[in-house]
Amino acid sequence: MTWSPILLDVIRAVLIFAAVMTLVPFLVLAERRISAWIQNRVGPNRVGPMGTLQPLADVIKLVFKEEIVPARADRVLYSLGPLLSFAPAAIAFAAIPVGRGLQVVDMSVGVLFVITATSLAVYGISFGGWASNNKFSLLGGLRSSAQIISYEIAMGLALISVIMTTGSVSLSQISEGQTSFLCWNIFRQPIAFVIFFTAAFAENNRLPFDLPECESELVGGYHTEYSGMKFGMYFLAEYVAMIVMSAMVVTLFLGAWSPGFALPEGLLGTVISVGVFSFKLFAVLFFYIWVRWTLPRFRYDQLMHLGWKSLVPLAMANIVVTGIVVTIWDAVQ
Amino acid sequence: MSFSDSIFWVFATTAVVPAFLILFTRSIVRMAFLLLGSLAGFAGLYLQLNAAFLGFTQVMVYIGGILILFLFGVMLTQRSDIPVREKVGPALAVPGFFAGLLLMAALLFIALQNPWKTHPPVPVTEPDTPVIGIKLLSTYILPFEAVSILLLAAMVGATYIARVQAPGAPDGQAELSDSNAEGRLE
Repeated sequence: MTWSPILLDVIRAVLIFAAVMTLVPFLVLAERRISAWIQNRVGPNRVGPMGTLQPLADVIKLVFKEEIVPARADRVLYSLGPLLSFAPAAIAFAAIPVGRGLQVVDMSVGVLFVITATSLAVYGISFGGWASNNKFSLLGGLRSSAQIISYEIAMGLALISVIMTTGSVSLSQISEGQTSFLCWNIFRQPIAFVIFFTAAFAENNRLPFDLPECESELVGGYHTEYSGMKFGMYFLAEYVAMIVMSAMVVTLFLGAWSPGFALPEGLLGTVISVGVFSFKLFAVLFFYIWVRWTLPRFRYDQLMHLGWKSLVPLAMANIVVTGIVVTIWDAVQ
Repeated sequence: MSFSDSIFWVFATTAVVPAFLILFTRSIVRMAFLLLGSLAGFAGLYLQLNAAFLGFTQVMVYIGGILILFLFGVMLTQRSDIPVREKVGPALAVPGFFAGLLLMAALLFIALQNPWKTHPPVPVTEPDTPVIGIKLLSTYILPFEAVSILLLAAMVGATYIARVQAPGAPDGQAELSDSNAEGRLE
């Protein structure tokens, strides 16, 4: 292997990473503005025009805050927690095609890679929660691991039926299979879409599934004891994970970068495809924010009930039905 | 040393060094973290051999599943009033030393006796996922099904053990009243 393709890979990786990182502060701003709009408030509008410099101010504040390590905390794991939470989420973006033929690595097992990477985020939360030496943090970490394991199963089972329909685990092939509007997986696998999207909320610890950090019971949950940039890292990880999950929803179900009809060849088509992908991504992210400020939190037993007794059996039934349909379809063809 | 060689050494070190460090760690949660590193190193080695499916399955099953359950168990059961760093007295250290020595001798004996077959990596020409899928459902269908039955049995057993007995109900007759039992389960 020579160095130049590696260099090209590095450049692509840095570009995508930078794009995601730039998106995060504005996503936070969007979240605050939209929540204010939903709740009939004004929201941050003082720093810069329309409050657009608010994210910058927030980041500067976080960087300069004092970091406090609680007494008798496990210092090594306490420092590693935020990193373990952030790194997998950032890595996951490598396999997602953000436009026609535009992805860092075209992996033959792309779906598996992204799901694996996102499932690792639980380590940051549970190690951080444990190392803080605080009962609220520990409970937050425990809840998070139980929740993520439970919903991961539903998510994986929902994915299996999608993979059966498309016949591939490569994200680029799944995207290319959805170029015409009616081939979007949301129409071919509507049940899997609902299950996957619900599980995505739980995986990201977002409302209505934000029990690991619910303020009314656990102070701040797993990040109660974190301050300064370590807290900033957790915050960042949460939003990056949210972007990754939204990108997965777009890629797997909403036709990826396809506008629903064939794109022109060449550079123009590629540019349009990136635009279409971004538009869909923002739409899904808006939905995330909308849900957060609309629905109340589930109770813990309701959460487990929904995951194990509703979503998992539903996903399994979906697999059986998909199997029968795919077999008949293949026989007819 | 070529590029892929240096990558190999990175993964190999990641796989072996944490496993070694576990021996010198007293905190179970830290051990879990080291195990995480070791398992990730092995996954990296699989990936380097172009076995992407195997590599990610390794991460998903061992790191994303088994280890997190392990950690969950430790966090649920560990009590803060019991000190983590217990002193090991001679009553434990002396037999421990000899047991360890014996185990090491046995492992070394096997490692040195075994005629290891080594050959250079075989390049993978087609994606491994379909190959594994077809093999599992044709040549290896019997072991595959046997494992699934084993897992089903384990699941039934776990459900039986986790079942909360309603107060006063005879053994095995307990029926759960919904919210109450779940609250206690979790």
